Amino acid sequence: MTVLLEVTNLRTEFSARAGLVRAVDGVSLQISRGECLGVVGESGSGKSVTFSSIMGLVRPPGRVTQGTIFFDGRDLRGMSPEEMRGVRGRDIAMTMQDALTALNPALTIGEQLAEVLVAHDETLPTGRAARRVAIKDRCVEMLGLVGIPSPDSRLRQYPHEFSGGMRQRIMIAIALACRPKLLIADEPTTALDVTIQAQVLELISDIRARMGMAVALITHDLGVVAEHCDRVMVMYAGQVVEEGPTEDVIGHPRHPYTRGLLASIPRPAMRGQPLTPIKGQVPNLMGLAPQCRFHSRCPLAEPSCLVEVPMLSAGPGRRARCLRLEETV
Amino acid sequence: MTDATLTHTPPADSLFRRNLRDFRRNRLAMASVIVMLIFVIMTVAAPLIAPHDPNQTDLFRRLQPPAWIDGGDWRFVLGCDGLGRDILSRIIYGARISIFIGVVVIVLATGVGILAGLAAGYFRGWVDVVIGRVVDILLGFPYLIFAIGLMAMMGPGLVNIVLALAYKEWVIPCRVVRGETLAVRELEYVEAARALGAGSGHIMWREILPNIMSPVIVVSTIRMANVIILEASLSFLGLGVQPPTASWGSMVSDGRAFILEAWWVSTFPGLAIVLLVLAINVASQGLRDAFDPRFSE
Repeated sequence: MTVLLEVTNLRTEFSARAGLVRAVDGVSLQISRGECLGVVGESGSGKSVTFSSIMGLVRPPGRVTQGTIFFDGRDLRGMSPEEMRGVRGRDIAMTMQDALTALNPALTIGEQLAEVLVAHDETLPTGRAARRVAIKDRCVEMLGLVGIPSPDSRLRQYPHEFSGGMRQRIMIAIALACRPKLLIADEPTTALDVTIQAQVLELISDIRARMGMAVALITHDLGVVAEHCDRVMVMYAGQVVEEGPTEDVIGHPRHPYTRGLLASIPRPAMRGQPLTPIKGQVPNLMGLAPQCRFHSRCPLAEPSCLVEVPMLSAGPGRRARCLRLEETV
Repeated sequence: MTDATLTHTPPADSLFRRNLRDFRRNRLAMASVIVMLIFVIMTVAAPLIAPHDPNQTDLFRRLQPPAWIDGGDWRFVLGCDGLGRDILSRIIYGARISIFIGVVVIVLATGVGILAGLAAGYFRGWVDVVIGRVVDILLGFPYLIFAIGLMAMMGPGLVNIVLALAYKEWVIPCRVVRGETLAVRELEYVEAARALGAGSGHIMWREILPNIMSPVIVVSTIRMANVIILEASLSFLGLGVQPPTASWGSMVSDGRAFILEAWWVSTFPGLAIVLLVLAINVASQGLRDAFDPRFSE
């Protein structure tokens, strides 16, 4: 598998009134063609900001201050805003967290689908009538692909006439309209109920297999990752703390934070026993000292942990940001 | 549930159309729309409806009273003015001036206001500061004094009235559009559009504008009534359309000299102003009730 997206040492900062907030601090990641990477972490761990930075969507007061982003051999950070617009939607597409508000309420579904095609698809015929027919056909095809019944008549409807699950599907259809090489699905299931969640995730996996597209699945649900992702990356306080093949990381977590996350998930086998929460709070991202960010909550913490911790090898294809890895083998 | 109910899809129905339906249910508002329509028909078909040439003077009919008063004549229903011109015909022709100026000024002002407001609200930064300052300065002037000053500088005439009123009128839609834009630009679907590679122009015209049109339409109709009054005021002061062209404001002004002996010369054009402005106001309140979620039950 060849590398599609390679991010090295990415740093994104927001200047707030009280000081500089480093929302993403030295994140490096790789996604290969056709691969599904799960990105896990609690709210505020920098998952979404990392991918907004990759897409060049961070707006003032936020700024990407450091790092390189290479997509398909092209340097995204070196691109002009116009070039970047050509990449967004065509090569990398993103679905938003909240499907209920991510569609424009004033335009029909058909109009919104057609706009992406018109903006990015050069293969459309140039003749006016032929173009209209081609666009319509593609819209119907995309809605059919995401499993919307009678797509032909539904193209003329407005977002408020669809249910939450339908809207999530439509958003995915819009994101997929130009057959992107990478789909960033930012918590695609948070606004949906459980049965619809499963359907939507199944849909994404299915389309990924059919179109050979890579997916970055941002979520805080390790169960979702276990089921759908090839590799997983765990983020904590703006840093990657552990990454590796999904089965290895979930079956045998090495970083104390990943272990804590897994221990806090209810399991049928542990019925009747209390859950084990991770004690303490996520640290304030403002003015963090160069030391392990998890040490205040870590059961393994020692005074020697109060130094800057690099990502260390933790077995084949695995890395973790912890000095006490030998204790978690 | 049967298959039939599952596949049934309701007819396409935008928020705009639902609001319009609410509006149609409001009887008072519909009545005022009809009054407005009558005035519009008067403007369009003035030569067909008017019983006489509005500028035809006849000194024998000087200050002839309305038909139902002694000395009146049913061929001149509302009587005649100081030069013996038929008041009804002049009111019908005067509607042209009032409505033309009202519509043109509002269309012009709304267009400029949308452009400026979108730019200020979307780009923020120095664009917002510059437009905001201009708006503040213009708001600082009393409207009528500002318009009188401009008219004095440019001289009277139809085009100049339109310009004098539009110079300041655009500020109102501009502020509405700016405020709404500030709110809408932060919404998820605008971010989603950016994530799909949409440019600034597309986001302003397709994502933001269609979603803020309702308040803009409501404000513009309310302001149209205001513009009509202002035009009448300018004409009353002699700064409007020049004689002999009939204009309601100048007709009221003409009758001022005879108000004690021939009240009808001023009263009927005055009533026309009141009726049109009232109709527009009631209709626009109906629009606001229907389009603004804060006012709908």
